[in-house]
Amino acid sequence: MLDFALKISVALFAIAIVLNLYRVAVGPSLPDRILALDTMYVNSIALIVLFGIWLGHRTYFEAALLIAMLGFVSTVAVCKYLLRGDIIE
Amino acid sequence: MSLLLIVLLPLLGSLLPSLSSNQRRHQCALLTAAMPLIALLVTLRETPGVIAGEVPRLAFSWVPALGLDLALRLDGLSLLFVLLILGIGLLIILYARHYLSEADNMPRFYAYLMLFMTSMLGIVMADNLILLWMFWELTSLSSFLLIGFWSHQSAARKGARMALAVTGMGGLALLAGLILIGQIVGTFDMQTVLDSRDVILADPRYLPALLLILLGAFTKSAQFPFQFWLPQAMAAPTPVSAFLHSATMVKAGVFLLARLHPALAGSQEWLYLVSLTGLVTMLYGAYFALIKLDLKTILAYSTVSHLGLITMLFGLNSQMAVVAGLFHILNHATFKAALFMTAGIVDHECGTRDIRKLKGLWRYMPMTTALAAITAASMAGFPLLNGFLSKEMMLAETLETPLLGGLAWLIPVLATIGSILAAAYSLRYVRNTFFDGKPRELEKTPHEASFPMRLPVLVLAIVCIIIGLFPAFSATGILTTAADAALTMPAPELHLSIWHGFNLPLLMSAIALIGGFMVYVLRQHLFTFHRQFPSRNSLAIFEGAVQRLVRFTQWGIDTLENGSLQRYMLWVVISALAVSGMSLMGIETLKGELAVQKADPLLIVGAAITCFAGLATAFLHRRRLISLIMLSVVGLMASLAFARFSAPDLALTQLAVEVVTVILLMLALFFLPQKTPKESSASRIVRDVLLAAGFGGVVASLNYALLTRPLNSISDYFLEHSVSGGGGHNVVNVILVDFRGFDTLGEITVLCIAGIGIYKLLNRLRLFMPSSDSEGRPWSPDRYPMILASVSQSLLPMALLVSVFIFLRGHNAPGGGFIAGLVTAVALILMYIAHGVEWAQQRLSFQYQPIAVSGVAIATLTGVGSWAFGYPFLTSAFGHFHIPLIGDVELATAMLFDLGVYLTVVGATLMILANLGKVTTSHRPSKQKEKA
Repeated sequence: MLDFALKISVALFAIAIVLNLYRVAVGPSLPDRILALDTMYVNSIALIVLFGIWLGHRTYFEAALLIAMLGFVSTVAVCKYLLRGDIIE
Repeated sequence: MSLLLIVLLPLLGSLLPSLSSNQRRHQCALLTAAMPLIALLVTLRETPGVIAGEVPRLAFSWVPALGLDLALRLDGLSLLFVLLILGIGLLIILYARHYLSEADNMPRFYAYLMLFMTSMLGIVMADNLILLWMFWELTSLSSFLLIGFWSHQSAARKGARMALAVTGMGGLALLAGLILIGQIVGTFDMQTVLDSRDVILADPRYLPALLLILLGAFTKSAQFPFQFWLPQAMAAPTPVSAFLHSATMVKAGVFLLARLHPALAGSQEWLYLVSLTGLVTMLYGAYFALIKLDLKTILAYSTVSHLGLITMLFGLNSQMAVVAGLFHILNHATFKAALFMTAGIVDHECGTRDIRKLKGLWRYMPMTTALAAITAASMAGFPLLNGFLSKEMMLAETLETPLLGGLAWLIPVLATIGSILAAAYSLRYVRNTFFDGKPRELEKTPHEASFPMRLPVLVLAIVCIIIGLFPAFSATGILTTAADAALTMPAPELHLSIWHGFNLPLLMSAIALIGGFMVYVLRQHLFTFHRQFPSRNSLAIFEGAVQRLVRFTQWGIDTLENGSLQRYMLWVVISALAVSGMSLMGIETLKGELAVQKADPLLIVGAAITCFAGLATAFLHRRRLISLIMLSVVGLMASLAFARFSAPDLALTQLAVEVVTVILLMLALFFLPQKTPKESSASRIVRDVLLAAGFGGVVASLNYALLTRPLNSISDYFLEHSVSGGGGHNVVNVILVDFRGFDTLGEITVLCIAGIGIYKLLNRLRLFMPSSDSEGRPWSPDRYPMILASVSQSLLPMALLVSVFIFLRGHNAPGGGFIAGLVTAVALILMYIAHGVEWAQQRLSFQYQPIAVSGVAIATLTGVGSWAFGYPFLTSAFGHFHIPLIGDVELATAMLFDLGVYLTVVGATLMILANLGKVTTSHRPSKQKEKA
């Protein structure tokens, strides 16, 4: 049952990432692309968590946690760039 | 021990002049003269023994692996040269004391001179081929300093450079030749080499070795076609010319011929190469000595000519010829040193050396005139003087030679022509300078030189006369011992005397003198004839050749290293392509034995996304921000791939690096144009696309080939030994801090250096800051958005806690100093983004440079620490300790090393990012000022 659920979830998140990529590529505005990239990060975290459940290994959850903690920093940097140009001022 | 003194005392003497100053000139000269004088006395003490047949030798092992020993000998040949070098050297010191003007730095001059004297003594006394070569190179270097002593003159600089280039090149050839000889004989020991003539001559390597050694000797002795450097070296102060071109520098070449004569001579190659080169040089030098107008240049060409004569004698493969050559070395040294000194006196007192301006100087300097006349007569081969004796011996030897077979009569005829020319230029030197009317256009009124300046010339002139009058008494002893050393068998019995009765050589001498007088009388015709030739300046030709070489190499550098990163990338990719493509072509089939794994749909989707994002990065490169976002997608996919294939810590590291890279690029992007203009030409795009596609194809094939073959990797070793050898369960970390700790140390050092370099480059940098974004909208006034500030601040303690956790467990579970450092750095840089530089600097009141440097220091000291326990560098130790409350803890020195890695990563990353961020801050109105 779990195996079946996992497969469906992985497939759904994979489709989500493909859709994110579409938005990143098409835009049309820069904030669209940045938001799409950030969503891509979120979906990737979900994928890693699913790997963890699948393989039954604790380290994956840690990795997911850390990506969640740090992954948004690059989004922040790009947003700050759009806002002010200079990200460290 | 006394042998060592002879060489080392002048070396000590090169330090003594610097104790004195330029003002106390007497003291300076006396200090300089003391050491060579003692060395001369030591040599004289050894002389009776050497003449009686002893050969004092001395050897210390120096660098046994190179066959280099500090081995000295004092046989007859060495003795002759040592006496010449020290004797004439002392006279030169006295002469230079009065020759150098107040403006010249006398201590420096004497120091160079002593250095040169030491290297010369080393050549003639060396008992080891490599040691001989070492001193040989030292003479090239120290003569460079001496010739270029008046470094403010362009001619001196160029002359010195030319001498160094020519003799240095010869020196390298000599080294190659000597190494070949060493390989043939099996040792570099001089005596063994001299005794192995049969082995050397029979070896197929004899000819290349001979050619290389002769190249060394001929360049040093200014033999044709390398004669051109010697006249240019006349830009040196006259005492230098008198020393270098009479008794020393150029004599080193003929000394080498004499020294290696027992080992190399006797073959047809030797006979033809050496004697014909000598003959050509003799005639060439003599002709130009007759043509030239500058006193020192005349003497320089006459030196070339006499060196040719000596070389020819050594080449004749006759025992008596060797004796004659040695005798002429002695005689030439005496009269040529004296002549150079008279030329120097004339230059010193008249301010010119141009033979057209100088005339009738006997009125002003009768003593100098007399000395010049005596020594020049000796050079011409006038009877009752020493030059006559050796020249007559030379003429006698040319009659005996088997050279050229049926045309053997040509040799004595050409030798006589050379002697005619010698007599003519000697006569011209004396008559045009000291007689023949009155001087014109002189800058100052000449007067007689002071007695101390004339004294060295006087001494040498007396030596010329004594040897000329009493050759048997004065020269036989030393010549016989010298010849013994230069020959394989005992020297032939020597009957030096002025009168041998009426014979052919005497007739040739007479022809030479009479012919010389006639040539001198008819010289105007010769000059007219010579004017038909275009004048060729060897300096200009040489400089032109050097310039062409420089231009060629510069062209090579410009082509390969033109400052364009794209170009470097091109070379790197092309060479990688060539190397790996070649190896790929070497394997039979691309696919190995292993079956291909099945690809699941998720992998295919991931690969497709990565490919798409990668292509988009490249295609959108002119819209930088979008390209950067696409690059982030690639990075994300890479870390997902790491996660998928069971490397969560790599995924984490990849992500952290990704974040830092994006921040770095965003910082840089601010200063760059938003869109790049289209620059690349169509052909260049085609080239790059082809190259990139080719490289991608090769890398893909390489991966495919590798993954379908069973792999014998070293990972099993690491997996097996990581706990027993490194005390950690996290193999990746154990490899980083233990097995390959030295690599890591190098890497963090590079990281630290890069950080410091960037810090230094950014220091005080001011750049243009755009005031609006790419679409022309002004920047938002909200500098530090509230939400970001609050979230990031609450994140900081958590991130730091995580990084400490990851760091501590790194040795046994995923983590380690590198990733912990990145997490810390990212958390801190977020503070800079959210709150600005000023806010962050107030709270983080420390510099990042010391942190990075102390990180490298800790890592290094950890490595050094293992020495204290007698283990090799970077050996790690570990053990389990029970700590109350915490429990059983494993501590390893690797952790200390990891701490160094952590600090370096934090320090260097922040040094780069924070400083790049600060570039704009320093010249922006600060927050406080804005409020006010």
